[in-house]
Amino acid sequence: MILPFYIIIPLFTAFLISLIGGKKDYAAVIFSVISVFSLVCLSLYGFFIGGRQILVYRMSAWDIPVGINLVQDSLSSFVLVMISIISLTSVLFSIQYIRHLSQDWKYYALFMLLLSGMNGVVLTGDLFNLFVFMEIALIAAFSLVAYGGRAEEYEAAFKYAVMGSVSSTLILVGIAVTYCSTSTLTLALIAERLPALNTKVVYWIGGLFMAGFGLKTAAMPFHAWLPDAHSSAPAPISSMLSGVLIKALGIYVLIRIFFNVLGAPELFMRIFMVLGTVSIIIGVFLAIGQWDMKRLLAYHSISQIGYILLGLGLATPLGILGAIFHMFNHAIFKGLLFYNAGAVEMALGTRNLKNLGNISKLLPVTSGTSMIASLSISGIPPFNGFFSKLIIIIAAIKSGHPVYAFLAVVGSILTLASFMKVQRYGFHGDRVIETKQTNVGLAMNGAMITLAVLCLVTSLMIVPGIKESILDPVIAVILNKTQYIQMVMGR
Amino acid sequence: MIIYLLCFVLFLVGIYGVITKRDLVKIILSLAIMGYSANLFLILFAYKKSALYPILEKGVDVPMVDPLPQALVLTSIVIELGTTALLVSLVAKLFQKYRTFDITKIRRLLG
Repeated sequence: MILPFYIIIPLFTAFLISLIGGKKDYAAVIFSVISVFSLVCLSLYGFFIGGRQILVYRMSAWDIPVGINLVQDSLSSFVLVMISIISLTSVLFSIQYIRHLSQDWKYYALFMLLLSGMNGVVLTGDLFNLFVFMEIALIAAFSLVAYGGRAEEYEAAFKYAVMGSVSSTLILVGIAVTYCSTSTLTLALIAERLPALNTKVVYWIGGLFMAGFGLKTAAMPFHAWLPDAHSSAPAPISSMLSGVLIKALGIYVLIRIFFNVLGAPELFMRIFMVLGTVSIIIGVFLAIGQWDMKRLLAYHSISQIGYILLGLGLATPLGILGAIFHMFNHAIFKGLLFYNAGAVEMALGTRNLKNLGNISKLLPVTSGTSMIASLSISGIPPFNGFFSKLIIIIAAIKSGHPVYAFLAVVGSILTLASFMKVQRYGFHGDRVIETKQTNVGLAMNGAMITLAVLCLVTSLMIVPGIKESILDPVIAVILNKTQYIQMVMGR
Repeated sequence: MIIYLLCFVLFLVGIYGVITKRDLVKIILSLAIMGYSANLFLILFAYKKSALYPILEKGVDVPMVDPLPQALVLTSIVIELGTTALLVSLVAKLFQKYRTFDITKIRRLLG
């Protein structure tokens, strides 16, 4: 069985690094690169070869009502591939970027804890186990946001930690209500027992989880912590948080609970749509006014999360196709944009757009890949962002919500405007800058080029024939609640 | 019923503190109160009248309370301990940098 290794490999690496990391300089880097690379191989193997059927692993061989189980179906393996790709490039990018901050083995140990927490959340089939893995990932994330050791970073980490604790408490109360009404914590058994109960129970559970995981997703009324935390963290961590963490802890869990367990109740789908549309519009308006590059990108994360929520709320196969496709694409281009911002900050010592100018000669790889990422996020064909946004908009029109579709188009146009601002002032400005403080090394350029190539390659996922083998099984898992129950219970 | 309401009031006290207090340490205390009320909810849901502690003994034939929520509460207490320790250390660092505990004066991040 391969399922426990997704959690064991990063967890073991974290402890190994903290045991021997202080003595040898490069041991931490080598161990984490090996560990992340093996996770990429494992997740690709799980997706393409092992992922055709649902794999269930019973911890310590206890049967389902008693023990904890790990479940890997198409949705989990899709998210696992996303996590491992972004974390591989993030570790490669960190090698040079983190060296100027002291004691980098602590950074790599925390990074591995973050990774094992996220993998655990995605794999587990037990509600309380999900809570525990979520807390592992969150505590690592709080410390990584504060890693740089400047005053602003502590401030952002404190805000993030307070909001994270409030949402965790709400989730714990939600788990208490769920256990009280169904007397089980296994997700499949909860899904089986809920329809027999009073519908008010569904509203209680849904409301508490909506507030709790909505805070983690940073949908609009709950967004206040995100721009601070994501812009203050070191650049590779910003790309992990913005690209993967808010999806593994937010969107993935929302999909699992609201589609597979609660069975897509009408009321909550409407809430998804409204929150999504509000996030799209307000997030992009707040982003346009920013001059700090990473802060602008962080506000765009809120707006792009809005697209995913809108697609999910439509609850049609086409809308969900758009949502999961946009989730993958957003991880790739937002990760790339944060690497660009980090490379600019390292080379020039500033990330304020007003102090930048024409750097296309000075940093050719950074400005070239940032152009690709900007075109992807604003939805220009043939890059991946175009297809996923188009699918979400078509799905909104088809299911009879033209207003939401119109607002999504407006959001997309405003996104294009704000990224024209980034390109105009930040990379192709009037003032030619000729000196840089440090060189951008091979590994950083490699990470950026990998993601830029993926921006083009992932748009192939929508081609008929490839779509049937990659995206359609994920949609089938999301929409078919009874199949999930039967597969997990092994009937 | 009244005991659940009191527990909910405890939860509201915690939320009120998080939202209105300006002192960093008081915010952490309010978070702790919220966490305690969530734990208390779990214990209350498992409580049965005139039931014993969940340990098997010879010759005792009285119904037991549900042991699972107690295990969950132990886990969540440990998690809260970790989070609170991290928050306190962040506050110590914030005090070194800003020389104040007032959250309205700690605002270099704007926009």
